[in-house]
Amino acid sequence: MEVIFVLIGISLVMAGGFLWLFFKAMKGGQFDDQHTPAIRILFDQKTKSKANKKTPKKKK
Amino acid sequence: MEEMPTKTEKSKIVSCFHCGENCDDEAIMCDEKNFCCTGCLTVYEVLNDNNLCDYYAIEASPGSNQKKKEIRDNRFDYLEDEDVINRLIDFKDDEQSHVTFSIPMIHCASCIWLLENLYKLEPGVTFSRVDFIKKKVQIKYLSKETSLKSIVKLLSHIGYEPRINLSDLGEEKSHKTNKKLIYQLAVAGFCFGNMMFFSLPEYFSETELLGNGFSHLFNYLNIILALPVVFYSATDYFRSAWIAIRNRSVNMDVPIALGIISLFSYSLFEIFISGQEGYLDTLGGLLFFLLVGKYYQQKTFDTLSFDRDYKAYFPIAITKMIKDREQVIPLTKLNVGDIIKVRNEELVPADSILLESEASIDYSFVTGEEIPIPVKKGELIYAGGRQKGAAITLAVQKSPSQGYLTDLWNNEAFSKDEQEDSLASMANRISGKFTFTVLLIAFGALLYWSFNDISLGVRAFTSVLIITCPCALAMSTPFTLGNVMRIFGKGGFYLKNTQVIEKLAGINTLVFDKTGTLTAPSKARVSYHGENLTEESKSMVKALVNFSVHPLSNSINQWSGNVKPVTLDNVEEIPGKGLQASYKSKSISLGSALFLGVGSIDKVNNIGNEVHLVIDGMHWGVFRIASSVREGIEKMVPELAKSYDIHLLSGDHNHEEDYLKQVLGENVSMHFQQSPKSKLAHIRRMENTGKHVLMVGDGLNDAGALKASEVGIAVTDNISHFSPASDAILDGKKLSYLPDYLDFAKTGRKIIKASFGLSFTYNAVGVFFAVQGLVSPVLCAILMPASSISVVLFTTIATNFQAYRKGLNDKEMILWK
Repeated sequence: MEVIFVLIGISLVMAGGFLWLFFKAMKGGQFDDQHTPAIRILFDQKTKSKANKKTPKKKK
Repeated sequence: MEEMPTKTEKSKIVSCFHCGENCDDEAIMCDEKNFCCTGCLTVYEVLNDNNLCDYYAIEASPGSNQKKKEIRDNRFDYLEDEDVINRLIDFKDDEQSHVTFSIPMIHCASCIWLLENLYKLEPGVTFSRVDFIKKKVQIKYLSKETSLKSIVKLLSHIGYEPRINLSDLGEEKSHKTNKKLIYQLAVAGFCFGNMMFFSLPEYFSETELLGNGFSHLFNYLNIILALPVVFYSATDYFRSAWIAIRNRSVNMDVPIALGIISLFSYSLFEIFISGQEGYLDTLGGLLFFLLVGKYYQQKTFDTLSFDRDYKAYFPIAITKMIKDREQVIPLTKLNVGDIIKVRNEELVPADSILLESEASIDYSFVTGEEIPIPVKKGELIYAGGRQKGAAITLAVQKSPSQGYLTDLWNNEAFSKDEQEDSLASMANRISGKFTFTVLLIAFGALLYWSFNDISLGVRAFTSVLIITCPCALAMSTPFTLGNVMRIFGKGGFYLKNTQVIEKLAGINTLVFDKTGTLTAPSKARVSYHGENLTEESKSMVKALVNFSVHPLSNSINQWSGNVKPVTLDNVEEIPGKGLQASYKSKSISLGSALFLGVGSIDKVNNIGNEVHLVIDGMHWGVFRIASSVREGIEKMVPELAKSYDIHLLSGDHNHEEDYLKQVLGENVSMHFQQSPKSKLAHIRRMENTGKHVLMVGDGLNDAGALKASEVGIAVTDNISHFSPASDAILDGKKLSYLPDYLDFAKTGRKIIKASFGLSFTYNAVGVFFAVQGLVSPVLCAILMPASSISVVLFTTIATNFQAYRKGLNDKEMILWK
């Protein structure tokens, strides 16, 4: 049963590690803006625009 | 006007490719796309040249209308001033500078995409990142390759002009407090979870199977885990309780702090002295739930600012004339006696005398009235007015902070510290009695048992303190108010904090501003007096007013309805005076009596606004334009008058009194010609006679009254636009729901009372066991979370059910455009 001592140690270290990671993420500003990244992720697919090569000219 | 746009003939609705605005009348074609104005076209061309047309692919017509944009080059010259630059930028080293701009125009995914691809337009920019909710963009640039000024110019060029104003130069306020709460919550959650893990075997007597060594180990681990909870997560409660006791009062945090201390010290005693298990897991859970409630209550509306003063609205630079030479200087360096130049759509930053022969000043931000007022040479123009028309020169009479309007902020109402009078809240009033009763019961139990058994007496005493810790009591208020605030937010009513709700529930007097608050700028009553208008002349009028963006023209345009406009020639707008044009062989002009030389020259503004119509030199008639109340107001005010005392404060003359009496009912006491300061004084007087006043206003001239009243609500038609400092911001379209909101604030108070009842029941049960010395860790572990969670569930369900019943949940969301 002594193995439980080891397991408790491991579990505490792990849980503490997660807490530390959360603090780090907070400080790094990961939770400052919770809306924009959700939109930003959609930009990576290149949308093909038709008007790419045309130069603008005014039509009379 | 610039080059005459090519007109296209068509019947279907044509909308601008850039901004989506309807441009039936004058569409400019380019690349088979329609543009409503040259401004929109320029933006398109810039983007097209840089292969940034994805902008238009992400959302349809994402741009903002560029019609009213000014194109003056030296507008941003003040951004070359070292002093200004240093105050605006966040960070600077030899190579890079970081700056954050607030751009109100940000409204869709395309905006984000374009602003984050800024480096394609300006190679000096190395990084740009948008915060959509806060409508801010952070830009990093190489100081050698570009400058702050050229970035601002570029942003303005593509239609995203940053809002830079006087208050940006002040100190930056930080939101650190909010973050600290999250850290505390995280620590409490972590410790609580692990403590439960170690305590669970106790409840099922599993430790006996594992052997005594484990039991001790678990207890010591619990103590270690409890330390950060007590000495970090709970610090705010101790501080607040200590402050309250020092001020000889009792707030909600006093019994909480008392409970935490007794739980912690009694557990230490049990573990070290009696060799039992203690209540540390209960302590962790208690703190965790309390902090969750606190966090829930701290909902803020990031995009809205509730404490703007005139500085947030004034520009930071002004053009000063030095011997016929223009120089752009920061406003802070403006002195009395300086000669300044104010251009079209620019703001007069200080009370000044007009040196030009005439000007037309729009005081809409001050009074809410958007029809410009004509000013003559030698007359005083107050700070806050906006020039419409040609550039004017002015002699500064008072410094920007001492003007007729800005002087308001020197009033004591603004200097008094925003003392969060949380003591007034119901929970705090109750907690005084609560703490007293608990202590009484605890000492009673101690005395009673001490006759027989001292140790049982001590146990009963601490048990009472532990079990009655007002966790459920302390949680009902934040959860109820947090919920109410969210429901209000959905309905376009944004509160500064949850305390406003409790104040709203106690209101008995309502004061309204007239112009811009009760009356809508866009809803004008137009009446025509004079010769009958033929279809043709109506069409001519319609066509003529189409050319102008003047508010009076817009009103006449709406009045003329669906008449098809004719095509006019030689259209000319004389700013602040009128319009003229020719049609076939006829000439037509619209404008003020003075401009056309007709009607009464008697220019007392008593009869509202008049626009005269002259065709071929003959005076046909006059349009009278008077303001009209917003939709639903004529129902709302009489309904409110049944249960509240209603006042109306207006800066205008009383020419509309009859109309207002007729619409709002006889029970409204009306006060006209009120200056900003007399509005403030009026509210003060009422507050001093013991009335609880709610002020509803919109302009800067209401700022004093909004501040002095118990609750100040700023009404605005565009929530990202300017609104004066207030306790709440209400969307103009939702003003007629005000009775519902007031009603719901009262419902919120009833729900809190009901949940207090619920929590007292739990406490009574707990005390019943506690006085007998029967409280065990298991009982604590069950009773405490059960009471907390059930109170939270009760308040959440009750508020949402009530909101649903009153139809507050159905009101459609306000979109952020």
